[in-house]
Amino acid sequence: MARLVVLGGGVAGHTTATFAAKWLGSSHEVVVVTPNSKWNWIPSNIWVGVGQMTKEEVTFDLAPVYKKAGITYHQAKAVSINPEGKADSDKPFVTIEYTDADRVGQVETIEYDYLVNATGPKLNFDATPGLGDGNGQMGENTVSVCTADHAVHASHELEKCIEAMKAGNRQKFLIGTGHGMCTCQGAAFEYIFNIEHELNKAGVRDMADMKWISNESFLGDFGMGGLHMKVGGYVVSSKLFAESLYAERDIEWLIGAHVSKVEKGKLAYELLDGSTGEEEFDFAMLIPPFAGVGLKAYDKAGEDITSKVFAPNGFMKVDANYNAGSYENWKASDWPRTYQNPDYKNMFAAGIAFAPPHIISKPMSSPNGTPINPTPPRTGMPSGIIGKAVAHSICDMITKGEDAKLHEASMAEMGAACVASAGKGVFSGTAAAMTVYPVVPDFEKYPSTGRDTEYTFGEIGLAGHWIKHILHFMFMYKAKLNPGWTLIPE
Amino acid sequence: MKKEEMNFQKHEQFTLTMMPGIFAKKMRTCIIWQAIRFAIINIKMLVVVSKSH
Ligand SMILES: Cc1cc2nc3c(=O)[nH]c(=O)nc-3n(C[C@H](O)[C@H](O)[C@H](O)COP(=O)(O)OP(=O)(O)OC[C@H]3O[C@@H](n4cnc5c(N)ncnc54)[C@H](O)[C@@H]3O)c2cc1C
Repeated sequence: MARLVVLGGGVAGHTTATFAAKWLGSSHEVVVVTPNSKWNWIPSNIWVGVGQMTKEEVTFDLAPVYKKAGITYHQAKAVSINPEGKADSDKPFVTIEYTDADRVGQVETIEYDYLVNATGPKLNFDATPGLGDGNGQMGENTVSVCTADHAVHASHELEKCIEAMKAGNRQKFLIGTGHGMCTCQGAAFEYIFNIEHELNKAGVRDMADMKWISNESFLGDFGMGGLHMKVGGYVVSSKLFAESLYAERDIEWLIGAHVSKVEKGKLAYELLDGSTGEEEFDFAMLIPPFAGVGLKAYDKAGEDITSKVFAPNGFMKVDANYNAGSYENWKASDWPRTYQNPDYKNMFAAGIAFAPPHIISKPMSSPNGTPINPTPPRTGMPSGIIGKAVAHSICDMITKGEDAKLHEASMAEMGAACVASAGKGVFSGTAAAMTVYPVVPDFEKYPSTGRDTEYTFGEIGLAGHWIKHILHFMFMYKAKLNPGWTLIPE
Repeated sequence: MKKEEMNFQKHEQFTLTMMPGIFAKKMRTCIIWQAIRFAIINIKMLVVVSKSH
């Protein structure tokens, strides 16, 4: 009997564990180690953040779902990996620390035959002074929508601002990224439009000044170096598409910005041209930069091999080309295909947890040497697809032998659908529905724009909003393993 | 001044972009048109999904 241990019960880890449990049946064991007791459909946190959904609508308890799937569940966080075992045993193991109320702080080790690291991002608020609280958590100066709890807090703060505007006080909204090396611009993009929609609905839009602040060198970069998409019969740059959306809604933008410090009601920034400035705000939602969750790795002798297993940003090394050199030399083929660790063949990383070979956008820095460029997004669809491919590979290795052919899921051959809602309401809501194919541009295959413009398109309308809604219910349904869940694509 | 053109003068940044006119805006919430778009976008997204697996 083989044991697969999956670290992380988010989009990628949940996909890996549930498919592996289904394919392997009861003859092998699937274990999930994750600190959260609830699964969260993170994209819908946006609606929680504007008070249009409750935390309960975007989360559910993991324990009964894992029981139903025959998965062993530890509510704990992984601390370290010993891929070579220890002095008296060759069996690899992970060290975990429980987070549930009954066993909080207890440490245990779990041996494994196969390991998947799907621990997602550490929300690195402390990278920007004042964005974090100094203890790794979000500070009190801004809000976030990265977790369901953060989003609930954000919606309360938004409510206070709406009340202030109703009482006749103008409010300044600042939404975007809180550091020069952030990703996930799409989430902030969606949030600013949802806020704008809610302010209109509340009849206070004219009392609000709204501004976008981000590390993108142009609006619409989205961490993918921008994209050319089909809109209304034209092939246009996402720059024009995004600028039009902002201008239509009277939202100013400040781009190429590294937020260097946040205080109560004020932040400082540095721009790509080296200039610095300050922005005041009453409400700010700034996405923090992401890093790996800080897992350590040790060899058989107990020596620290963290730098061998993980990249400096804390994400796990996989089968990517980490020596691609400068921007001009980057190729689609630098991106990983199997997500297998090059040194330990029974170890994989899925979702945000794998170390990308390099960023996708053009690298930029200010004359002062401050890097200001988006890091690559690894959104829900790629995370799910990668999680499933990894599950497939491991199941084959278990059932057919260690040399089984691995399944592949390169982000340079994979699309992503992004539906950025701009307000909720069956007949009044709209959303920018965008698909990009492939996520990582391939200029050898598509020399002009790097992407297939037949399948890279965007439009705004009610249809996108309906799709976003359906996606919410579909993915919650699928993640709960309700009947027919395997038929719903990632 | 036409309503849809008002934002052009609100900020210098806005002058170099495009603004939707009344017709384009109406089509965004026109149920019949959006039902058609819904079908087309879904088909396209399904193709992207199938190409990605
Ligand atoms: C506000 C917001 C909106 C978004 N909207 C969209 C969208 O519209 N469309 C889209 O495609 N994507 C969207 N995304 C991105 C999407 O949520 C991520 O791509 C996806 O969640 C990544 O999956 P993951 O499994 O890698 O990470 P996660 O889903 O974050 O899962 C990581 C898991 O690992 C656990 N973990 C952390 N540390 C440890 C540890 N030490 N040991 C064990 N487990 C650990 C965490 O608790 C978590 O359960 C959005 C993201 C945000 C923040």
